[in-house]
Amino acid sequence: MPEPAGAANPENSVWRIAGRLKLVFLFAALAVLPYLLSYSQQEIAVLLVVNVLLVCSYRLMTLTGEWSLGHVVIMGVGAYASALLSKRLGMPVPVSMLAGGIVAAGTSAILSFPLFRMKGFYFLIGSFAAGEIIRLIWKRFTDPFGGPKGLKRIDAFPDIDTGFLSIDFYEPVNYYFLALVVVSASLFVLYRIERSRIGLTFHAIHWQDRLAESVGVDTFRYRTLAFVIASFFAGIAGGLYGHYVGAVNPTRFGVDQMVYVLVWAIVGGTATFHGPILGVVVLTVINEIVLRGLGLDTVRPLIYGAILILSVLYLPDGLESVGPRLRAWVQRRRAGPAAAGGGAA
Amino acid sequence: MNAPGEGPILEAPILEARGLTRRFGGLVAVDDFSFTVREGAIHGLIGPNGAGKTTTFNVISGFYAPTAGQVLYRGRDISGRKTSALAAMGLVRTFQGSTLFQEFTVLDNVRVGRHLSAGAGFVSRLLGADRASERAADARARENLAFFGLQDLADEPVSNLPHGHQRMLGMAVALAAEPSVLLLDEPFTGMNPEETRRMMDLVRRIRDRGVTVMLVEHDMQAVMNLCDIITVMNFGALLVEGAPDDVRNDPAVIEAYLGAATDNGAGHAA
Repeated sequence: MPEPAGAANPENSVWRIAGRLKLVFLFAALAVLPYLLSYSQQEIAVLLVVNVLLVCSYRLMTLTGEWSLGHVVIMGVGAYASALLSKRLGMPVPVSMLAGGIVAAGTSAILSFPLFRMKGFYFLIGSFAAGEIIRLIWKRFTDPFGGPKGLKRIDAFPDIDTGFLSIDFYEPVNYYFLALVVVSASLFVLYRIERSRIGLTFHAIHWQDRLAESVGVDTFRYRTLAFVIASFFAGIAGGLYGHYVGAVNPTRFGVDQMVYVLVWAIVGGTATFHGPILGVVVLTVINEIVLRGLGLDTVRPLIYGAILILSVLYLPDGLESVGPRLRAWVQRRRAGPAAAGGGAA
Repeated sequence: MNAPGEGPILEAPILEARGLTRRFGGLVAVDDFSFTVREGAIHGLIGPNGAGKTTTFNVISGFYAPTAGQVLYRGRDISGRKTSALAAMGLVRTFQGSTLFQEFTVLDNVRVGRHLSAGAGFVSRLLGADRASERAADARARENLAFFGLQDLADEPVSNLPHGHQRMLGMAVALAAEPSVLLLDEPFTGMNPEETRRMMDLVRRIRDRGVTVMLVEHDMQAVMNLCDIITVMNFGALLVEGAPDDVRNDPAVIEAYLGAATDNGAGHAA
């Protein structure tokens, strides 16, 4: 399902208003949601919001056609950087989170020189190797990075206390709202990028990089740009994660976590902006409510694997294709009686 | 009679190859090959299969670096530069077949073609401040489509277009990059005579807009009718260069295409 980034929409203001209304309802629902959840479910909701940013930033990278296995490690770079900057240099946590994103972006900018000499499968393996090197550095250099045990007692997000209003971000509900604001703003930026000519150029590189290059697109630069932007937001997600959980270690950003990101993206579908969000939300709900309820959460990898295989077999375009498919089915049913008389409909 | 091309070189060459050589391992695909393309010409590059035309094309357009020798564009050495950098200088190529952004609409294909002229900063794109320049780019893209008579298909997905239209769209994308030199890779392949005739007409009109055209082609009749000057390659090297009529009757060319004339004692021009 192609979604040409710049296709000029007809002046369908009704649809635009309907879209705005949908967004309003969505945010209203997201605002009410934590109050309907238990404490432990609220904690899961925080991590879910962070994971939404992780998988959406990953999708921006995949727009150019390159799939990386290092994205979770890049998230870790942001988490480590933000933790160390606040801990060692006394940087205020909101600033250090931003700096974590910048460090993650800078890391990927450097990595892009060796990595974008490769494409496709070779890039995939190269990104995996680069990620493992970073993880080995964390493990080996105990001094700043804390070795295999990682960093503990990471500074929490500072409380806001203005006299009449005091917000304690140790409370999951409050951190949920903080994450929601940061992630929404980030998603808005990612959306704008995709909708602009930059997004069109990313898609162009994906489908025909030689043709794009021939009309003056510096494909190396644009691949790097996608990688750097994706990494910046992965780094922000890392910062949000680290300062919430309070501890990071190399295992948390290992390849098994990366596989979860891939499963979210593939099960959700990557053709639309909302596909990966659907993937991560649905799979998290399945995981936390259904599996935990059944006491099956220890076999999560097994179930995830089964879901991945089933979705590749029966829903190759991902969960994002369910809506349009249902709509088409309903229309066919509705047109059915009329079409039976008319023939072609 | 291997007269090297002392033909109608009237002006300074816009594109020139000097001693161009490209090896793939032990295979010498292009061997000390030189030619000049003068500004405003339609210049044909022909030769039997395996003569090295496509490799030459790929070296000129920056897909391969030459093993030895130079490519000069307006007197500047451009050998080994990136394809995108060459496009920015005005040297744009097309591809064989229907190499297009198949998943895009027709208009979006040409919009990508306008990449170089639709510049805007990252932040202004984010904020939507590039709207004026994007609107201008859209208008120019539609003009590019109209030139090829494709304006009514602007919002169609490319995959719905018939083959002939896809070939024209490929040219429209290249022309959207506003080239000074347009390199056409087999523009007539797979076209029927009517489509070929229309395409030839379009190539002439592109030249009349001040674009120098160089093309690689198998369709002899089209090349002979269209080109001002023809370079014939064989075994990676220059065989003959000259006006179509000279090339058509050159014994060396006939031999290269039809085999040695002495075998049967008679070599008739095709």
